[in-house]
Amino acid sequence: MSRDTGARGAHQSRTGFADLWHAWWRHHMDSAFDSFGRLADAPLQTLMTSLVVAIALVLPAALLLALANVQRLGDRWDTDPKLTVYLHLQAQPAAIENLRERLPKLPNVVSLEYVSPDQALREFQAQSGFGEALAGLDHNPLPPTLVITPADTAPDALEKLRTEVAAEPIVQEVALDMTWVRRLHAYMELGRQLVLGLAGLLALGVLLVIGNTIRLEIESRRDEIVVTKLVGATNGFVRRPFLYAGAWYGVVGGLLACLLVSTGTALLDQSVHRLAVSYQSDFRLQGLGLQGCSLLVLGCAGLGLLGAWVAVGRHLSAIEPR
Amino acid sequence: MIEFHKVSKRYPNGYEALSGVTLEVSEGEMVFLTGHSGAGKSTLMKLIMLIERPSQGEVLIGGRNLDRLRPAQIPYHRRQVGVVFQNHQLLCDRSVFDNVALPLQIAGCPPREIGRRVRAALDKVGLLELERANPITLSGGEQQRVGIARAVVNKPPVLLADEPTGNLDPDLSADIMRLFCEFNQVGVTVLIASHDWSLIRSLGARVITLEQGQIIHDGVAA
Repeated sequence: MSRDTGARGAHQSRTGFADLWHAWWRHHMDSAFDSFGRLADAPLQTLMTSLVVAIALVLPAALLLALANVQRLGDRWDTDPKLTVYLHLQAQPAAIENLRERLPKLPNVVSLEYVSPDQALREFQAQSGFGEALAGLDHNPLPPTLVITPADTAPDALEKLRTEVAAEPIVQEVALDMTWVRRLHAYMELGRQLVLGLAGLLALGVLLVIGNTIRLEIESRRDEIVVTKLVGATNGFVRRPFLYAGAWYGVVGGLLACLLVSTGTALLDQSVHRLAVSYQSDFRLQGLGLQGCSLLVLGCAGLGLLGAWVAVGRHLSAIEPR
Repeated sequence: MIEFHKVSKRYPNGYEALSGVTLEVSEGEMVFLTGHSGAGKSTLMKLIMLIERPSQGEVLIGGRNLDRLRPAQIPYHRRQVGVVFQNHQLLCDRSVFDNVALPLQIAGCPPREIGRRVRAALDKVGLLELERANPITLSGGEQQRVGIARAVVNKPPVLLADEPTGNLDPDLSADIMRLFCEFNQVGVTVLIASHDWSLIRSLGARVITLEQGQIIHDGVAA
């Protein structure tokens, strides 16, 4: 028997809590650097995967950006809604005069402008291009009009003012110039929901693309996984490098998407600005900005992480030593 | 240190690799496991490493019933058992040093400590000068010694070896066996599956012989 009870030199190595924490942190760092190194070692494959991710992200990002810009445009026109009060065609000048004196005393009225039928016709002829046709009319079809600028533009206050003014006997109709703005908002809300739905689908696509890339990576490193499990690696230890790889794909894809969207806005901005100038506006396209870019990259990294998590969860447990 | 109580292992295909095996290996003992291929040696080792679970009976390592270990505890159990594989199971995408360092990295050893211990283990198996080499460039005997260094670098109380000299010539085999004896002399419980009878006889160690999943001999080699 070769048993030697005199020597007891071997002790299972013990590792303290602080050491374990450091080791855990170090393994995170190592995994992050190693997985990035692996991506850098296969630049073409990394670029392909990241580009697929980027293209899938560019579409919803660009659409959301477009919506944000339209919203901004709408907000500019939205600032001073006015009430247009159409009076009866047969309203007597004295009654109109009386109304013009009383209306400014209402609590929510800042200013009042009177547009006589002749004045309205002149403006319409000048702006609409129907001058010839209008000249053929034997009488002026346009009613006398009052334009009210309200102080409080909240929908409730406007509605209250509208009912008050509409109750006047010589008032035919009160039009709130807000309707088209409301419609624009409703259309944009619809657009936003459609884009978000699309974004959800494309995010799922990103998830699957990264998940599949990670699955292939797991397959190619099967031997390594088996050996590390044999020598006592926890699932977390085995999982970590793959999760980082997924997050990296997301980061690279997100950066590429930012680059593509920014290039696109920069190219479009010139044309948009020329168009805006022709409308006497100084409107400029708003890009993603630092916040938008960070959000895109972070969100994409999160998607990559999630995709890797799903792939790792499905495939790592299947790789056990035999 | 290693206890088997009426352990049977039946694989899903109906093949019974072990049937009613009871054995005990004390702490610091060195035992050889022999038998024809298919006699159940590998299965017995897999049960100790928790690669397989017994169909019946209990396996205790260091007094701990493996049946009660949750899946999350398996990695920590495996760190207590150093294993030398017949096919080495070395990773060819990294150096000898990194292969040996793997169990220490997994256990969360500080880098300076890892360097010290890996070199100590490589020195022990006589491969210190090859630490930067890739395992694929080494001979079979050298690869086996890297495997041994990796198995002992974490100083596990139990060391298993499955046919560690299977593919080696007699001189190299004797070297490898000498290494196992040295680890055993510092208190490691060693269990070696082998059918190298001449070596086993020369060591005069305890031998457990398996046949068709049952122990047919347990004692010092005749």
